[in-house]
Amino acid sequence: MTSNPTAVDAGELRRRVAEFLAGHDPAGTDRLEFLRARFDAGLAWVHYPVGLGGLGAPRTLQPLVDAEFAAAGAPDNDPRRNGIGLGMAAPTILAHGSEELKQRLLRPLWTGEEVWCQLFSEPGAGSDLAALATRAVPEKGPDGDGAGGTWVVDGQKVWTSSAHLARWAILIARTDPDLPKHRGITYFVCDMTDPGVEVRPLRQITGEAEFNEVFLTGVRIPDSHRLGAVGEGWRVAQTTLMNERVAIGGGPAPREGGMAGVVADAWRGRPEGRTPELHARLMRLWVEAEAQRLAAERLRQQLAAGGVGSEGAGMKLGFARLSQALSGLEVELLGAEGLEYDDWTMRRPDHVDFTGREAGYRYLRAKGNSIEGGTSEILRNIIAERVLGLPAEPRSDKDVPWKDLPR
Amino acid sequence: MTTTAGTAAPAGTAAPAATDQDLLYSEVEDDLRASVRALLADRCPHTAVLARCEGDEPHDPALWSALAADLGAAGLAVPEERGGHGASWRETAVVMEELGRSAAPVPFLGSAVLAAAALLGCDPRRQEAAELLAGVASGTTAAALAVDFSTAPGAEFPCAVRADDAGALTGRVTAVADAPAAQVLLVPAIGPDGPGLYAVDAAGAGVSTAVPPALDLTRRIGHLDLDGAAGRLLAGPDRARAALERALLTGAGMLASEQLGLAEWCLEETVRHVRGRTQFGRPVGSFQALKHRLADLWLEVVSARAAARSAADALASNAPDADVAVAVAQSYCADVAVHAAEECVQLHGGIGMTWEHPAHLYLKRAKADQIALGTPGRHRARLAGLVGLPPV
Repeated sequence: MTSNPTAVDAGELRRRVAEFLAGHDPAGTDRLEFLRARFDAGLAWVHYPVGLGGLGAPRTLQPLVDAEFAAAGAPDNDPRRNGIGLGMAAPTILAHGSEELKQRLLRPLWTGEEVWCQLFSEPGAGSDLAALATRAVPEKGPDGDGAGGTWVVDGQKVWTSSAHLARWAILIARTDPDLPKHRGITYFVCDMTDPGVEVRPLRQITGEAEFNEVFLTGVRIPDSHRLGAVGEGWRVAQTTLMNERVAIGGGPAPREGGMAGVVADAWRGRPEGRTPELHARLMRLWVEAEAQRLAAERLRQQLAAGGVGSEGAGMKLGFARLSQALSGLEVELLGAEGLEYDDWTMRRPDHVDFTGREAGYRYLRAKGNSIEGGTSEILRNIIAERVLGLPAEPRSDKDVPWKDLPR
Repeated sequence: MTTTAGTAAPAGTAAPAATDQDLLYSEVEDDLRASVRALLADRCPHTAVLARCEGDEPHDPALWSALAADLGAAGLAVPEERGGHGASWRETAVVMEELGRSAAPVPFLGSAVLAAAALLGCDPRRQEAAELLAGVASGTTAAALAVDFSTAPGAEFPCAVRADDAGALTGRVTAVADAPAAQVLLVPAIGPDGPGLYAVDAAGAGVSTAVPPALDLTRRIGHLDLDGAAGRLLAGPDRARAALERALLTGAGMLASEQLGLAEWCLEETVRHVRGRTQFGRPVGSFQALKHRLADLWLEVVSARAAARSAADALASNAPDADVAVAVAQSYCADVAVHAAEECVQLHGGIGMTWEHPAHLYLKRAKADQIALGTPGRHRARLAGLVGLPPV
């Protein structure tokens, strides 16, 4: 750990990976032991600082390192299981956490030993997240004034994936109801094993429960688990969200990838269901899916060339529309078979695959695509205002104390 | 005219996509765009286009000469040894984008795209074809491909014109794009040995070109009547069919870039208008009902750009799946251009309905372009065969 971080280039990274693999046989080493050692060698996320799983190398070199490990048959940290932790919690902890917090939290986060969830959305705060009502109050006591002491949190969060698996959560809560809504919010790390945390599955229209409701009753959070200043939680959350968009990588998507391929295969396999009307719709959607694939590929090329792709804002909007239209077409193509559903049993899937299971599930799950992670309506506002430069709607809630807003 | 649904891919398989396409613009392409845009800004303001479009000479010969000859735009896709500038269809597509943005009344599609692509398919050792290609590439000769402008790639070779042993052509071809501006007509005809491609002087004996009022005010069509017109053989049965098909495919692919540029102008102009137009005490562009429509249109333009670049790149590199890329681009971009132009008229309110505002030039171009070189539905039908999604 004595190297000069600026000297770490692609060649040096390859050398270090090779050296690491020579000392840690992927086949003969315990998975967790291997991952912990990889973290300690600075080969976890190479753009992180030395001592925190990285080497201060350029972020763009991460795919190279991952590819070297994958080629050696090394176990990975199953990033799909801890997307919130890796994508949102980690960069926020790195930017705003104390040294002690970084040392405690980042290694088990990266290895996957500790899963994270996100306590942001509330029943009364969806698209308007800044209206959130969960309160964090400094503990009353002889010397308790929040700062340096303990916060007590009460409220309800919703649409929390992985809450039932999570050891930790990132949480935003209102610390000053007298300020306008964006200014009275503070960002915390919440211990999900606190006795005041109750997680209930939230059953959805597919029959299963990917998500949870989380009830917070007198949850105690030490002030050392605060990220960023008191009242700065909205700004901290925004920087995290932006951070999430920087990720570069992956290769070109194949033609007929995703839902378009599922429906095209259904068409090829079921000549008996074909009608001229379905064919006309199929071909329109196939073309739109191909144009969307090319747009995503063009965006990938722009980012790889170091450019800025404002197109990114539109990809999810287009994806949601197409996945819904295609999955709806597929159910119709099935005819009478489309009247059946594979299984309504309530269960807790450990991961989500939009193109998984059967047509009925795909149709219903696709309905979430235009809601989760920003509704299509909010995305259109973002495109209109940030890309096209159109004026914002007049707002009546920006300068009013949160406690005086209609709810 | 009927299209033949392609049968390149056996049923049950999807055609694989080219994975190494460059969908961005190179620095050279950016520079070319800047030059063309500057020329059009200087020489092709909307007031001038509007003033010209009802006159006897709706195309602008001075602008055409500046673009095609001085700037060298007509010869971009023609190799240097055949009299061109040795660039490719990618660069030509950038010119098409800019011409779409300005609704420029020049015969670029007819001459520098359709005619040039057909001539590139002729045997370069045939002197007649070589000289004509050099003339078209240098911008000194304007040529037009004498097929109905609604013909899609994959169409049967037309048989409306017959050639006799001496090369005299007789027959009628309707709706030939840019024919009124052409000095030379490239006529597909059935000769004594089968399909052939012939050059005919537009002003020669036995040639009459009727110019009807056209939906598109900035790209005129002509109905050709050939009555024993003297034709010079450019390609015989061995090459004529492929040369015509390549011209139609190239034309349809390049047209997607024109549609992209047109849609881009309509979107930008509409955004500019709704930001400045105040009703109910606020800019109308602050109403979500309008913002959401424009956000959707923007996303369509983003995808149209990717599809148009893909087609241009496939044509430039002679990619094996160029016909798929062109069918995707043409069926997608044609509808996006019409949607953009219709939104442009609607969101301008009353002003968008007036003759003096240029929105109608774009609407008319967009609607005509939707029919040109195959409607979106024809391209989708062709695509269904190419990618193994048969209708029945």
